[in-house]
Amino acid sequence: MSNQTLPLPRPVDVINTGLGRRRAAERRFRLYGVAAITLALIFLVLLFISIIGKGYTAFWQTQIQMEATLAPELLDIADPADRNQVMAANYGAVMKAALRQAFPEVSGRAEQRQLFALVSSGAEDVLRQRLLDDPSLLGQTVSLWVPAGSDIDMVRKGHIDRSLPESERRVSDQELAWMDELAQQGRIEQRFNWNFLTGGDSRSPEQAGIWGAVVGSFLTLAVTMLLSFPLGAAAAVYLEEFAPKNRLTDIIEVNINNLAAVPSIVFGLLGLAVFINIFGLPRSAPLVGGLVLTLMTLPTIIIAGRAALKSVPPSIREAALGVGASPLQTVTNHVLPLAMPGILTGMIIGMARALGETAPLLMIGMVAFIVDVPKGIFDPATALPVQIYLWADSPELGFAERTSAAIMVLLVFLLSMNALAVILRRRFERRW
Amino acid sequence: METSMNETQQQAKETVFRAPDRGDLQATATVDREVRRTVGEARVADPRIRCNDINVYYGTAQAIKNVNLDVGRNEVLAMIGPSGCGKSTFLRCLNRMNDTIDGCRVTGDILLDERNINAKEIDVVPLRAQVGMVFQKPNPFPKSIWENVAFGPRIHGLARSRAQLDEVVESSLRRAGLWDEVKDRLDKPGTGLSGGQQQRLCIARTIAVQPEVILMDEPCSALDPISTAKIEELIDELRQQFSICIVTHSMQQAARVSQRTAYFHLGDLIEVGNTEQIFTNPNHKLTEDYITGRFG
Amino acid sequence: MNQLILIFVLLLLSLAAYQMGRRRAYGLVDGQLRKLHSLPVYYGLYAAMWCLLPALLVLIAWTAFDGAIISHLVVGQLPESLHGADAGSINLLLNDIRNVRMGLVPPESADPVVVAAAQHWDHLQRIGYAALAVVVLILAVLGAIFTLTRIHPQQRARNAVERLVLVMMMAAASVAVLTTVGIVLSVLFESILFFRLVPVTEFLFGTSWSPQMAMRADQVGSSGAFGAVPIFVGTALISAIAMVVAVPIGLLSAIYLSEYAAPAFRSVAKPLLEVLAGIPTVVYGVFAVLVVAPAIRSWGMSLGLDVASESALAAGLVMGVMIIPFVSSLSDDVINAVPQSLRDGAYALGATPSETTRKVVLPAALPGIVGSIMLAISRAIGETMIVVMAAGLSANLSFNPLESVTTVTVQIVTLLTGDQEFDSPKTLAAFALGLLLFLVTLGLNVIALRVVNKYREQYE
Repeated sequence: MSNQTLPLPRPVDVINTGLGRRRAAERRFRLYGVAAITLALIFLVLLFISIIGKGYTAFWQTQIQMEATLAPELLDIADPADRNQVMAANYGAVMKAALRQAFPEVSGRAEQRQLFALVSSGAEDVLRQRLLDDPSLLGQTVSLWVPAGSDIDMVRKGHIDRSLPESERRVSDQELAWMDELAQQGRIEQRFNWNFLTGGDSRSPEQAGIWGAVVGSFLTLAVTMLLSFPLGAAAAVYLEEFAPKNRLTDIIEVNINNLAAVPSIVFGLLGLAVFINIFGLPRSAPLVGGLVLTLMTLPTIIIAGRAALKSVPPSIREAALGVGASPLQTVTNHVLPLAMPGILTGMIIGMARALGETAPLLMIGMVAFIVDVPKGIFDPATALPVQIYLWADSPELGFAERTSAAIMVLLVFLLSMNALAVILRRRFERRW
Repeated sequence: METSMNETQQQAKETVFRAPDRGDLQATATVDREVRRTVGEARVADPRIRCNDINVYYGTAQAIKNVNLDVGRNEVLAMIGPSGCGKSTFLRCLNRMNDTIDGCRVTGDILLDERNINAKEIDVVPLRAQVGMVFQKPNPFPKSIWENVAFGPRIHGLARSRAQLDEVVESSLRRAGLWDEVKDRLDKPGTGLSGGQQQRLCIARTIAVQPEVILMDEPCSALDPISTAKIEELIDELRQQFSICIVTHSMQQAARVSQRTAYFHLGDLIEVGNTEQIFTNPNHKLTEDYITGRFG
Repeated sequence: MNQLILIFVLLLLSLAAYQMGRRRAYGLVDGQLRKLHSLPVYYGLYAAMWCLLPALLVLIAWTAFDGAIISHLVVGQLPESLHGADAGSINLLLNDIRNVRMGLVPPESADPVVVAAAQHWDHLQRIGYAALAVVVLILAVLGAIFTLTRIHPQQRARNAVERLVLVMMMAAASVAVLTTVGIVLSVLFESILFFRLVPVTEFLFGTSWSPQMAMRADQVGSSGAFGAVPIFVGTALISAIAMVVAVPIGLLSAIYLSEYAAPAFRSVAKPLLEVLAGIPTVVYGVFAVLVVAPAIRSWGMSLGLDVASESALAAGLVMGVMIIPFVSSLSDDVINAVPQSLRDGAYALGATPSETTRKVVLPAALPGIVGSIMLAISRAIGETMIVVMAAGLSANLSFNPLESVTTVTVQIVTLLTGDQEFDSPKTLAAFALGLLLFLVTLGLNVIALRVVNKYREQYE
């Protein structure tokens, strides 16, 4: 047998001749891998840069200092003690008078309209609040900072290019001249945009805020959490600890795995057909949104919960059963507390997913334009990601900025939730 | 000392083949550290492989301590010793398989035909073609039998044509004593064979690249006695052409197939010598204890 | 709101029942717990459960169905002229009534019939709430009394409580099944209505899609065109672009991370890739609209190509980015499941790492990788927000990635948002598309999960 050698040169020499080519192939393959990861990370960086670059300006608001005379005849207030009259007074007229006074040379309807657009209609709210706080100001002249109109805001933030010819930009030369005059007098300033964080939605971009959407999201998530945590934990415990191994259990298991991969929009269809059309629950309500998101996140939570329960070693169960605890006592007193960090982690991750979910909420009507901040789970509401969708669809420049800023807020929420999950896992993770 | 060794072995038994993990090594490290000189003649004239002062570290723990050992031409060298003693780790130094383990560091010179293969600049690819290895658990690739054997010659460009490849596959399978059993189903998956056949397929796969040395890491530990006998027979035949290092748990196997035997203990090479002498008249107390079954 | 107060009262009641049950059990044996079958806690829990659960069930059932019942009653009371009108006009009427009730329409400007109906509605609802409160509270008290009076030392309270808990847990587990049943039934039911108006063959094989026509004219399907082939093609086109981006990048990333990367690099790169997975899809949509689509358009213009502003390429590209982490984490799992012994075998023959990966690891992992790619495809098909924002609305039958195409999910969203009559073929078509989407993704998932599981078992 040993004489059966092949008529070839020494194998090592053959191998060495091919080595250069193989090393090159090796380097190429490695390069592909590095390139793939780099590309993915470039996308990530690009995404963040474009969002933050476009959105950070929305946290600042251009404000204009105005001298407004709160003349009762303009305001149409007969009795300053009557709160209703103060609420319903004509602050627009006061604001217009103040603008006319600041630029007395302006005449003609078209020009005046342009002039009035310098300040936002939100200025009226500022005036109203001022008068409500201090009714004695009636008839006096007050100096106050009011939000500028969206176009002025955009110019100040550099979103509108001044160097373009007048016909190609939204702001006329006249408006720019007024703006520059105000700036020279030190009457234009960038201030922190509290209204963006505390206000509801609005048709005018400079007044639109995300608070309504944040509250809507919060209410929706609250419903989701209240329902999906007990349901998810109970289902996980049942399936992992008590369910007999039979066909039915198998079906439930396969079902849950598949449900986790059903497109979210299908859950929206379910919500529309069942909760709204059959049960007659109100459209656009956080209650329905919460119900739909519960059904959507439940599989995720059950799967995570079962994994957490599975990681508790059987010896713990045997020990508890061995001292005479009933199966349920074993689970509630020993297994569940040990698995709780894992279940909670799965819960938070499910909630983070629910918070970012948009499609099913579109189906159940949470896309409506809603100015008021919802007060309960039956009120019409929208949610943060839906708000982003709505703003992204609006053509005004001011909304583009706010879209990105709202995304930043959403991402901050998501990142903190995920960080919480990571901390929870690190802190309580046990190796058996 | 006796008890602590037993503990070490018990722990190690569960992870026989894997590189010893931290727990094992720490236990090893706490055992008293008298310097052990190798008893017997570690050197041979005209060696195929010569190892000088081999030390292996996993992180900070030392798994092999200062081992000097030669592998002769056309001989079977058996390495025996209790679990976790470092014999597998040592074996894996000889074709640099330890490179694939994170945090593993090998120092010392390993001369294959007078060339230091433990040097940084050595390319492991041709080296491993020269020093083949057969593992404890048969690990055929999930491909056909033919492709399993042809894998090595193909990647190394050892055959120019399909006909040549066919020839290599056939001769390798013949030498592994598997040809008659599989010649009709070369296109069937290698994973469909029995355990013993799989292991012989792995041997065929190794000799298809025409190595000079074959390392075998407990090649029969997962096999039944009949398959084991076949493989032992095969080893004896392969000795005509290759140098073979075999790690084994079975002292009988070492006695049957090898010409020289090395006894490892907790990372030290305790004793090395002719197989007959080691098994009939060991010089070191530890070797004697192990061979007579006082532990292990 | 009323329901919340009621729930709160119920909770208080059951807390009281719990305390009483516990005290009573304790008192019955004068504190000698050995004489009790179960710990006093269980007697308390038993009472509390019987107090709370039946009442709560009634409450939930009422909340779920009161709208439907009341609207039925109100419609029944409406004058003959409106009674018996078709479903569409009744829906309109109900809408008017609701607007009046919500104060969206001032009563003086509305039809007096509607105002009267709205008042009737409010009246019924008030009665309903009152009746509900009475029934629920009586049930709660009865439940508590029933259990409390029956407490005796030999009673197997723990077993009873545990049985009840088990039943509740079983119910929780079956919610998932109910969800599936609910999805199937609701989508199927509307789809059957749709297929009565539009033949299945026309829907599946027709090449023209313009559902807007049907809405204007009140006649059924005949006026609109419901051939969904352009939508399927659009969906396939965008998904294919997404997979062309996601599969190579995801797979190569996974290979690099699991076979090459140093642990330090892996511990940084992997979480970063996962961040990509955690970003909401609406954010990707914004990214597609604001950044990618304009970039592709201007790039196309510089090459002299005519690129639609809502090109399939932009949507597919961004969707691909979204799916990268999905592919990479699934493939990572699959590649890690390939036993190390196979790699060792290849290395020991002198294979280079890339040869080992390409010729041993990948072929061994192939079934698992195919499975994960199928899951990724199902994900791409079902993805909604990116395409709603970045893809078009008009159903062009085109394979050109620079043109605007539409997808199943986009059509579902556009057909179902905004004002709608529930029985028009337009809205029903959305459910038919939903059914198809559900079936296709379900099929892909079932096969993929089976493939992956089989593969896992092979190496376990």
